[in-house]
Amino acid sequence: MDKHREEDATASAAGAESSEEETGSPKTRRSGSRINRVEPVWSRRRFLHEVGVSSGLAAGVALLGYVGYSRQAVREKSPEIHTLRDFRVTADPHHPLLAVVRGQQVEAMVREAVQVLGGMQRFIQRGDTVLLKPNVGWDRQPEQAANTNPQVVAAVARLCREAGAKAVWVTDCSINDPRRSFTRSGIEAAAQEAGAEVRFPGSNDFLMTDMKGSVLKVWPVLRYFQQANKVINLPVVKQHSLSGCTLAMKNWYGVLGGQRNRLHQNIHPSIVDLAAAVRPTLTVVDATRILLRNGPSGGSLDDVKVENTILAGLDEVALDSWSLALLGLGASQVPYLAMAEQHGLGKVDWRSLNWMERQVG
Amino acid sequence: MKIGVPGLRTIRRIYAGFFLFLFLFLLWRSDFAHLQGYAVGLFLELDPLTALAAALTSATLYRGLALALLVIVLTLFLGRFFCSWVCPLGILNQISSHLFTSTRAADDYKQNRYHPLFRVKYYLLAGLLVMALLGVLQIGLLDPIALLTRSFVTGVWPALQWQGAEFYLSQPYFLGGAAIAALLLAILLANRFMTRFWCRVLCPLGALLGLLSWRPLLRIRRDVDRCTDCFKCLRYCQGGCDPNGALRVSECHLCMNCLEQCPEGALHFGLPQPRSALGKALDVSRRRLVESALVAAAFVPLLRSSYSVAGTPHPAMIRPPGSLPEEPFLGRCIKCAACMRVCPTNVLQPALLEGGVEALWTPILVNRLGYCAHHCVLCGHVCPTGAIRPLTVPEKIGDNRPNGKQEAIKLGTAFFDHGRCLPWAMHTPCIVCEEVCPTAPKAIWYKKVELQDRQGQKMAIKQPYVEPSLCIGCGICENKCPVADQAAIRVTSVGESRSLNNTMILNNSPRIGA
Repeated sequence: MDKHREEDATASAAGAESSEEETGSPKTRRSGSRINRVEPVWSRRRFLHEVGVSSGLAAGVALLGYVGYSRQAVREKSPEIHTLRDFRVTADPHHPLLAVVRGQQVEAMVREAVQVLGGMQRFIQRGDTVLLKPNVGWDRQPEQAANTNPQVVAAVARLCREAGAKAVWVTDCSINDPRRSFTRSGIEAAAQEAGAEVRFPGSNDFLMTDMKGSVLKVWPVLRYFQQANKVINLPVVKQHSLSGCTLAMKNWYGVLGGQRNRLHQNIHPSIVDLAAAVRPTLTVVDATRILLRNGPSGGSLDDVKVENTILAGLDEVALDSWSLALLGLGASQVPYLAMAEQHGLGKVDWRSLNWMERQVG
Repeated sequence: MKIGVPGLRTIRRIYAGFFLFLFLFLLWRSDFAHLQGYAVGLFLELDPLTALAAALTSATLYRGLALALLVIVLTLFLGRFFCSWVCPLGILNQISSHLFTSTRAADDYKQNRYHPLFRVKYYLLAGLLVMALLGVLQIGLLDPIALLTRSFVTGVWPALQWQGAEFYLSQPYFLGGAAIAALLLAILLANRFMTRFWCRVLCPLGALLGLLSWRPLLRIRRDVDRCTDCFKCLRYCQGGCDPNGALRVSECHLCMNCLEQCPEGALHFGLPQPRSALGKALDVSRRRLVESALVAAAFVPLLRSSYSVAGTPHPAMIRPPGSLPEEPFLGRCIKCAACMRVCPTNVLQPALLEGGVEALWTPILVNRLGYCAHHCVLCGHVCPTGAIRPLTVPEKIGDNRPNGKQEAIKLGTAFFDHGRCLPWAMHTPCIVCEEVCPTAPKAIWYKKVELQDRQGQKMAIKQPYVEPSLCIGCGICENKCPVADQAAIRVTSVGESRSLNNTMILNNSPRIGA
């Protein structure tokens, strides 16, 4: 190609110089006009070249058509589907499955509760990346008890650091604006102070995940659940108009993105599916302040009751079942508990487990 | 070439770079996570045009707008320095003029001569100010700072986020944002045809500053003895202000390029010297000026007699919390979109024509895109003109308790669409709206009812209701409703605190026991 272009250029340059000779009389030549410049006569080689190039282009078009041809209007890309790992540690019959600690000092209560279960070193090893999942659903202040008490988050984060965790992340898919919710709940500040990082749920922070449930199939789940190797559930005890209560099992709503509001239409099986999909390393329930009415968002201090209680445990069903009493509910009023027990997620009758109650301070 | 002392052009470039950076930096800081303590509205408040126009419509110089006096005073002494030293749109135009220039050097001399077309901006200014004097504030459509802020907020930054920048947690969307930003692109591209086309021909703020610099103390002055009429000063002249002849004082932006170009040292910036050339006064036709004022004045009754929310409420015209009643609101809103930048949920959107022509690009709440965060009052605090009052949180959320004295600010009222609501129409449990309702006690409540489904099976279900005296119209119910396209509960503007006629229930505020 290039060679020919050069040839053309030289030919036309020569033509321009010698145009008087080629076009005869100067009168017929329009000076400065490029319109009347004459194309050189094609040689056989030139002809073959031109035919070759055009045929090559034609063949290319045909090939593109062949490659691109489809009977479907769009090409379907099957998205990568992830699954959640089981974050639990191996069971140990020497330690209780449920610890109830009452007291005044949140930090001391959390420490005691985890100690009863065998201490944080039982759950967190050096180099672990720990994901804490408090309830940070709402743009509310700590006293309003709509979110997990920030002191509980800080105490657990500190315990993880002490046990040698490489990183401690705090995340939740807030219902209100996440930045406002994390700031005003005091959880962002408490986490940072305890050496943990907040991982906000940005729109690109979800991975399609198979929840393998009866109601919940493939849903967008926070990608941090793929990156962490330990998960600690940090729910708060609150009343909820539809499910009756929002406790440890329902706290897993906060791993989902997408149109999760639809879960309300079949809320009890959804809660069971969630709890079956996310099996945490440990659960610490915040019952320091609980929300009795107007839940789960609250807003009025009149609806908050101070209970000064911390629970820790490895059986979410038992934890939820224990906490119900604080809200004045019985296990029969909350269908998801029996469903969860049937599903093998734990025991509704927490008294049948190895459990322990302590008082600190 | 002198080394060491930077020339005035270099100093101007440093200032321009600094102010452009500052503009972008402050706009980036304007969100909940970064706002604390920064003067994010600085540029809007420095702008004498919005200060003047908003003062004409409502006879006050609102808060930070007093900063504009600083620019006015400096302009009286120095001339139109703002345009090349401070104005971010001017600086962007200057940069893009440089990038897009399509003329040969020889043509630059012609292109940078004064052109009568430059008068257009004075006529535009006259028209806009006459309208403002008659109570119609449309200055924000063309004010460069409002225009640039709006274009960045609704267009450029969402586009950058889409490209992977992390300004926001989630991609924001704005109604017609691309169209708003297209105007900015057109302005920047116009520089290809004439250097700083916008600044020379159209900018009403440039015109105002041009008027204010009718007799500046310091200006570019030419020594008539030294000048050899080589015209080299015109090569990079930004204003098109004829530094080679009688300087058009009101067109000169003090870009200082001519000083550097003059081979004879005939030009200087400062007080007159013994052989300094005279300047030339503002070149506008009085007749054209009167014409444009008359056209503008004639347009006012046209606007006022066409549909507006002030007379007849529109369900979709839900204004941000603390907004003034519609008429004073339109008399103060400069459509700068600062409120839309700071809004954490993306609910604030530039209105199209729902609220009439006057209300184009003013902020409204579109609850399918966001909702008004219960404890958030940021929009009123960044509003440069006070169209949205700066509220405190207690003022906004009020006090619903039986002895509460403070009424909550209401943006509108939520209504159920029983044909779409799952518990009402489809025997399906839901009440997400009740869950997310932020008031205490909740404005959304429910009745437990027993229904029969199609097969005759009895089922218990909770059907939701709205208590209008508690509903504040925040729109979170509409936003979170699982019926994805058109929610089964929707907020309309009726009952909004700011309006006396957009009302519904006679006894509007019975206290409900908490």
